[in-house]
Amino acid sequence: MSRLDEAVQSTGSGKDRFIADYRGYLAVKILTVVGILVVLLLVTGYAITISGKDVGFLETYGYIWNHITGVTYEFRSPEWFVDYSIFDIRMPRILAAIIAGFGLSVCGCVMQAVTRNPLADPYTTGMSSGAVFGVSIGMVFGFSLNSTFGDMGIMFNAFVFGLIPAVFIIAVSAGKTRSPATIVLGGIAISYLFSSLSTIAMMYASEQTIRKAYLWQLGTMERVTADMLPLMFVGILVCSVVVYVFSKQLNLLYLGSGNASTLGLDVGTFRTIMIVITAAMAAAIISFTGVIGFVGLVAPHVMRHVVSSDNRYLIPAAGLLGGLFLLVCDTVGRAPFMPVELPVGVIMSFVGAPIFLYIIVRSRKGAL
Amino acid sequence: MRGAGMKIKIAGVTFGYSDTSVLQDLWVDLDGPQLVSILGPNGVGKSTLVGCICKILEPKGGAVLLDGTDVRDIGLKALSKEMGYVPVSSSDSFPMNVVDAVLMGRHPYSKWKTEDEDLEKVYDALVRLDIEDLAMRQFNELSAGQHQKVVLARGLVQEPKVLLLDEPTSNLDIRHQIEVTKLLKELSREKGMLIIMISHDINIAVTYSDNVLLMYNGGIFAAGRPWDVITEENIRTVYGVDCKIVDFKGNPHVILDDTVELSTDEQWEQPYTSEDHPALAMQDKG
Repeated sequence: MSRLDEAVQSTGSGKDRFIADYRGYLAVKILTVVGILVVLLLVTGYAITISGKDVGFLETYGYIWNHITGVTYEFRSPEWFVDYSIFDIRMPRILAAIIAGFGLSVCGCVMQAVTRNPLADPYTTGMSSGAVFGVSIGMVFGFSLNSTFGDMGIMFNAFVFGLIPAVFIIAVSAGKTRSPATIVLGGIAISYLFSSLSTIAMMYASEQTIRKAYLWQLGTMERVTADMLPLMFVGILVCSVVVYVFSKQLNLLYLGSGNASTLGLDVGTFRTIMIVITAAMAAAIISFTGVIGFVGLVAPHVMRHVVSSDNRYLIPAAGLLGGLFLLVCDTVGRAPFMPVELPVGVIMSFVGAPIFLYIIVRSRKGAL
Repeated sequence: MRGAGMKIKIAGVTFGYSDTSVLQDLWVDLDGPQLVSILGPNGVGKSTLVGCICKILEPKGGAVLLDGTDVRDIGLKALSKEMGYVPVSSSDSFPMNVVDAVLMGRHPYSKWKTEDEDLEKVYDALVRLDIEDLAMRQFNELSAGQHQKVVLARGLVQEPKVLLLDEPTSNLDIRHQIEVTKLLKELSREKGMLIIMISHDINIAVTYSDNVLLMYNGGIFAAGRPWDVITEENIRTVYGVDCKIVDFKGNPHVILDDTVELSTDEQWEQPYTSEDHPALAMQDKG
């Protein structure tokens, strides 16, 4: 009898306990995801009560339920106004914040796995600045790579120019001399390049356009309207689902391309597909909301320490936390006590940067 | 025994990056379960050879045959059930516990959900390597020795017939070096695996290996039983180090002396050709 068989026989109960332990550990992860979802729903309710028509915290859920189940109110009745103000004025903005935060965090998870670098997200790798440039020339010159103008044309610009840094990331992360610093340093270089190009484009812009473009670069939910939402929602949902289906393959990338390949993954193709999807997601979000940094870094980083880095749990957990995080920042930015309404991107950086520094300093010996 | 007939044939493997040649026409057969160590100085192409064997790199010429089939003709998924690879351990990794880290080795077999069967295999591997108490610990917080065993456990749960390891004993203290190398030999017996490892410690490698493969400047300098390969002359030529070889418990044991002038002769003849190359097999059945 081999030593293995002996070991197995003598530890039969140990094995059962081991499996039970692990199942318990998975249950905790799932509960964490559910917990974040619950908090997100509560904060959504609270966010609806802020500014505009007075609605009680609990009342909001009644209105939402009625709206979903198709209850209609008498035209211009008080309830009708509340319903209108919730669903046509406040909800788009709230949902946009959640969708954007969710999408950017999912992008962060994917890009960190693809580059094996905890500092990678659409912002640090330069995708955002590429997309900014695409949007800038769209706004300033009305130039679009796509024949359809308006929002779709600008979004397409953001996508194409966001892909330029992405191509760089693919080239670098597949190369032999890849180091964690290379990707981020390269991202910084690309960011500066595109920023200068965007600035040049602004030289030709009218004052009004400059103001619009400037606000947009700060990252704001102000411009989001109800009719944009379905496109944004469906786009991010589809991309997130696709990415999520490949969670286990993304996990393999943690092991390095050689080991991932010997575990059966066609690394080159997979990595390219994932980067194209994240570029599409990032571009879609950025073209609606402008540049929002940090959320794609902070949410995955926090969740890696809470639910660990298994993407089957990390992606939903980090996505929901990112949505929550962005919603809180946006809500704070327009809270009654604020002297002026602050763009969400500004608050995000203001809150996100110290949190991120704290995490880095505290977890010195771990990842990062 | 599972995998009894498994053979790897390295048939004229040639590899190079754009203008530099790394491997030049290598010929050797590795037959059946055993532990084979690949030795040789830095930069002679050891990792490249391992990469070519497990299809991470594609040879420019020649082929690697697994039981007679060119690995190029075997799909990655199918190959992953036959051949495992454990890379040089790196300390940078994302937070993840040991079970999750080992479970990834089940990827060739598992579906989306983690099945009890997968967990049982993980548990067995952890018990076999005597690290089951680390199960719920964070992978990136382990010591180098524990880390190496976890990575090895991942290779085991993959249940390959052939397992390749790139410097599994680097970063380990002497006790762990011996422990891991001995373990590899035992596993080759228990599971009937062909285990190939790259090593820098000649004495430990030789003690536990059935055969050794000594590489030099992109070729195989000598291959076979330790006594035939590890000679004072070979060590001097390949490593540029004078040494004395003594018999220690029946194995050749290298006692290092001083460095000598490295031969600058780039043109050397490999001893093995397509017609005449060794077939390395297990020494004993013990």
